[in-house]
Amino acid sequence: MSDLVLRSAGSLATQPNQTELKQDALRERFALFGLCSPALLLVLIIMVLPVGWLFWLSFLGEDGNFTLENYQRMVESKSYARIFRNTFEVSLLTTGICILIGYPLAYFLSQLPRRAANLCMITVLLPFWTSLLVRTYAWLVLLQRRGLINEWGMDIGLWDEPIKLVHNLTGTLIGMVHIMLPFLILPVYGSMKAIDRDYMKAAANLGASPAQAFWRVFFPLSLPGLFAGALIVFVLCLGFFVTPAVLGGGKVIMVSMRIATNIELFFNWGAASALGVVLLVLTLVILGIASRVLRFDQLLGGGHGS
Amino acid sequence: MGREKRYSGQSRRAILSRTGIAAVAVAFAAGGLASGATAADKVTVASWGGSYQKAQSEALFKPAAKATGINVTEETYGGMSDVRLKVKAGAMTWDIVASGSGSASRAGAEGLLEPLDYDVIDVSTFYPTLKMKYCVGGDVFSTVYAWNTATYGDKGPQNWADFWDVEKFPGKRAYRGKVAGALEPALMADGVPPEKVYEVLSTEEGMERAINKIRELKPHIAVWWSSGAQHAQLMKDGEVDMTTGWNGRFDVAIDDGAKAAYSFNQALLDYDCFAIPKGAPNKDTAMKFLAEISKAEYQANLPNYITYGPTNKKAYEIGKIDDAVARKLPSHPDNASLQLPVDIDWYAKFEQKASAMYQDLVTE
Repeated sequence: MSDLVLRSAGSLATQPNQTELKQDALRERFALFGLCSPALLLVLIIMVLPVGWLFWLSFLGEDGNFTLENYQRMVESKSYARIFRNTFEVSLLTTGICILIGYPLAYFLSQLPRRAANLCMITVLLPFWTSLLVRTYAWLVLLQRRGLINEWGMDIGLWDEPIKLVHNLTGTLIGMVHIMLPFLILPVYGSMKAIDRDYMKAAANLGASPAQAFWRVFFPLSLPGLFAGALIVFVLCLGFFVTPAVLGGGKVIMVSMRIATNIELFFNWGAASALGVVLLVLTLVILGIASRVLRFDQLLGGGHGS
Repeated sequence: MGREKRYSGQSRRAILSRTGIAAVAVAFAAGGLASGATAADKVTVASWGGSYQKAQSEALFKPAAKATGINVTEETYGGMSDVRLKVKAGAMTWDIVASGSGSASRAGAEGLLEPLDYDVIDVSTFYPTLKMKYCVGGDVFSTVYAWNTATYGDKGPQNWADFWDVEKFPGKRAYRGKVAGALEPALMADGVPPEKVYEVLSTEEGMERAINKIRELKPHIAVWWSSGAQHAQLMKDGEVDMTTGWNGRFDVAIDDGAKAAYSFNQALLDYDCFAIPKGAPNKDTAMKFLAEISKAEYQANLPNYITYGPTNKKAYEIGKIDDAVARKLPSHPDNASLQLPVDIDWYAKFEQKASAMYQDLVTE
């Protein structure tokens, strides 16, 4: 402690303007904070207050008094636990499949010459310009019992009985992966493009096989983009409504769908708010864990760009 | 009657099932030039919008406004949860709201609605079950079973027991994903006579019995439908061979080329109704206006715009409804006598409990 004081005293002695500089820095920080405050206020008004209100509502019963019944209901009825499990399961699976498809695709794109890559990128982005509802119903037309895929499959003789592609988990996953894929590819592609090619050459120069160079140099460097993309996909999936409602056939029930049902059934925002609160808390917990894992992985891979 | 009109008329069932849809207010004032009208005579009516409201407007609101000299302003709203907000805030601006019978009954029990004065509103020629203390029936629809005529030909299921009989009628089923209208068929399939259904359902064992019967059918239920648009499409695409659903939707699908048929036998007769919210600014005028639009001559107009039946029996007797159209309507005396009227009181008492059990079953 005394050592520290001595050192700072020493540095003070060598820099006579230290106090003034410090004051300047402080003033500047206040000025910056002042400039930010409209934005902070906006965030407070449109983000923090509504979420706080949601929280508050979830503790109100039908008669407007404080109660835990909205949470008690979730514990007592078996369906709620299943719906939460379902939601996280679908989100995880969608994220996983998106990674399996999206990562190699992004890698392929990042290796293409710029013009070809841009062209391919447009095809990745194209679905973004089509309404989500339209894309979801298009899958229904393709996948249903007498849909195009089943008709063709049976015409060619690949299978005899219509296979169940929709109104179940399979259909939901197909639809969701299709919608979520660009959200994964874009950040991964971005982080891959930022990787200096010379690293790979250096790795080869030092005797690494192409596979080794990829796994030990390129892959770790692309991880931040992959994690960012995966998190975006995962979080978006948690709140998904339309696609599972249309393609799940009522068998894949997500939290968002139950929120809508509860508003109708209980006449009471509290019953729906409680579901929102639980989903929010669970998501935050998972994100907290994920961010730890993310940092851990980066360290392990030695992939920090610096 | 144009198909387009009928189709969009039905689509408000989907709107109904999606409460919370942003209400886009489209207001118009009906000309109140008739004699005897004072400036104070005005009402604001809130309904679900779309072509359903358009039909109500053309068949009921506009002609009644003309006849009584009451100025009518129309708005759209998202259902009883909106009424609740306005009542709790003490800022009610609507005099009349259109609602499903079930949610009106619960809103009434919760104290959100004014009791109706049946000395003012003449319901003597109504079907007795199509009105209640807080809500007077506006139109009638049915929850029926429909089947694919390509699969079963003319020999389709004739009752709920047939719907459950997967030996005699092999094929995929669709069933409602929510409890409303789901338990009654199961009990009838299990041999409970229609008039005993709600008695049996009023005990936990009874509900359990219905749930177990649906569990029996569950392996054959390919889709749990959630909207009228959906069950119509399922039949049209041949995705399932049999489904439950709202009669009007199937009419539209059949007109549109679907190979489907349905029966009113053992179907569930349900209705939409009009209520006066607590604190309505023009309560007395609203009561008079409800009395007017409940008259047979207005009710008889309704099927010209949507395929839902009138709640006033007399509407069939005054010769305004084409016989061919009338025979397709759920509230036609021949059809109504085959059906089980939905018991609103049961829903008020047991829906939340039954829904929890039903959701447990669906997510199993």
